[in-house]
Amino acid sequence: MPQVGVSVVEVFERLGHSVDYPRNQTCCGQPAFNGGFHPEAREVAATFLNAFRDSRDPVVVPSGSCAAMVKVFYPELFAGTAREAEAKALGARTWEFSTFIVEQLGVTDLGATFAKKVTFHDGCHGLRELGIQSAPRRLLEKVRGLQLAEMKECATCCGFGGSFAVKYAPISTAMAEVKCKSAYASGAEVIVSNDPSCLMQINGYAEKQGMPIQCLHLAEVLNSR
Amino acid sequence: MSETKIIPLQQFKHDSAEVAADGDRREFLRTALGGYMNTRTATQHGYQDWEAARSGAAEIKWEAIDRLPELLEQFEANLIKNGTKVFWASDEEEARQYILGILREKNAKHVIKSKTMTSEEIHLNSLLEAEGFDVVESDLGEYIVQQNKEAPYHFVFPCMHLKRAEIKAIFEKIAACPSDDPEALTMFARQQLREKYLRADVGISGGNFGIAETGHIAITENEGNARLTCAMPKVHIAIMGIEKMLPRLSDLSLLQPMLGTAGAGQRITCYNSIYGGPKKPGETDGPEEMHVVLLDNGRTTLLADPEQRDALRCIRCGACLNVCPIFKNIGGHSYGTTYQGPIGAVITPHYKGLQEFKHLAYASSLCGACTETCPVKIDLHHHLLRIRRNSVSEHPPLMEKVAMKGFAFAFTRPWLYHLGTPLARLGHWLSKPIQGTKLDPGYLWRKTRTLPDMPKESFHEWFEKREQQKKAGK
Repeated sequence: MPQVGVSVVEVFERLGHSVDYPRNQTCCGQPAFNGGFHPEAREVAATFLNAFRDSRDPVVVPSGSCAAMVKVFYPELFAGTAREAEAKALGARTWEFSTFIVEQLGVTDLGATFAKKVTFHDGCHGLRELGIQSAPRRLLEKVRGLQLAEMKECATCCGFGGSFAVKYAPISTAMAEVKCKSAYASGAEVIVSNDPSCLMQINGYAEKQGMPIQCLHLAEVLNSR
Repeated sequence: MSETKIIPLQQFKHDSAEVAADGDRREFLRTALGGYMNTRTATQHGYQDWEAARSGAAEIKWEAIDRLPELLEQFEANLIKNGTKVFWASDEEEARQYILGILREKNAKHVIKSKTMTSEEIHLNSLLEAEGFDVVESDLGEYIVQQNKEAPYHFVFPCMHLKRAEIKAIFEKIAACPSDDPEALTMFARQQLREKYLRADVGISGGNFGIAETGHIAITENEGNARLTCAMPKVHIAIMGIEKMLPRLSDLSLLQPMLGTAGAGQRITCYNSIYGGPKKPGETDGPEEMHVVLLDNGRTTLLADPEQRDALRCIRCGACLNVCPIFKNIGGHSYGTTYQGPIGAVITPHYKGLQEFKHLAYASSLCGACTETCPVKIDLHHHLLRIRRNSVSEHPPLMEKVAMKGFAFAFTRPWLYHLGTPLARLGHWLSKPIQGTKLDPGYLWRKTRTLPDMPKESFHEWFEKREQQKKAGK
């Protein structure tokens, strides 16, 4: 989903900030961590630490899940290792996209226009590991023409869960069905979330079922003109 | 009981997929639990500060678990002082044999039971039935599943999976049941059970809390059946896990309402009784003899795990099941365990074997709804991660190990990772003909979901190109 990254860069540049993207980053290591493979997760996570070692700037992540990995799980993953303090320090300057804008930059109106009825899906890691609930909504409320319709099960998991989505595909699919039906029942034309992995799951199911509902990342909506 | 060995993982995969494909059953479960959520939310708002109540309850249970050996000894001494016999069962077989011994010694024929999951854990009914005893569950839900020869579906709502018509059909096998109206169904069970109480030689109950400072057992119920079970027969046997301790009687003032609220959305459960031992000289009511069976059965293994032993704080309210999207989509029987849902996935590997039950920890999207709702703040979904880690470090599955080694190899080398982008694009293009077939590596995903096409330009490429253009522009 390159358009998510592009939107993030454009949103920040419009606010007058410059964005750097360390080219030697790969992944936060969550797939291995969630799989129970901590040594492998630590290796990949160390690559992430390396990528951001030379900077002291805030690190903004357009995914609640990846942000939670760095902020919440790195301290546990690196506990008792030489890089524990570095991991904690990186976690402290890492932000999920919407909270960074609202809480750190103090901005809610990004001058966006998006004339559609949308419903917001709370990704579980962002919601429960990082406590993100109001920031994305405060941003959406300021988008011109946008109508926010809460779905009944906005805080219910979409069923992605990493390898769970494939290991237990029937359960994961049933969860996606609940999510999509709930979103559809809200009358929304677009499901918005701050987590690309949830969007891949939700969009994947909705598209397969031919449901007339679109999925967009929060950054894409905030970058709409 | 069949002789063939059931492999928990295979059984789980099969049964969970079956329920996940049954839209009607899932809708039925979701409607029932939706009702629970509404009443619970309303009741929870009656607390001045629910979060403070959670912290308080968690602290009390933490104290109980931290001081467990000492509190258990105090509990035992007080039970004995009150005239109750205490038996320490290190595993399910010891508990079964002790209870069987009492029944034989008393020449008992008829046994009445009130709801006790601990007795389910030791498979007491099947033993007693095989030994020729007449055993009847008196909790309405338990009575129904017993008549249907099933295990409880949910450890608080044992028959929540059955529709009224199904319950009526189960009752029809016993006697004529006039209607599937809830009141009529309850009256039917009541009539059947009344006589069983009068005839019972022994009553077997569980215990929600064991009060160390007084040697009391607190039982919480909604039907009054536990009171009859514990008080009418000449012998009362209470069986409880060793983690059920509370240091003080006054701790009930917080734990009892919280159990009712978290468990069923009630301000407090209808009947809360405290049992203090057998009938004393001069008293007219109560059993002549009382026994307490304290069951370990793996609990000390969990107690020895400094990361996960907070799971022993559990008061078995069932709230984590009620909010769990996995439970709602696969139902209770799929777990194949006595304790279903998130708490079951956490404690069962400790009680019954990590390798045999680790799959329950993987059958989770780690959404954390359980941890958020738990009234005693057990770190449930993070424990699932710890179980995964422990199971891998003890015995990594070969294929996954290879995959993870590959992941670590490619993702610790940014140049290789970036070389992977065009390769993945090529692979995606080449695999077009097999997409959706079983040869497709993405088969399990694509069967029910679409996968986005590989973008023509990755973010990395876009950013790189832009930087180059900027430089050239300067």
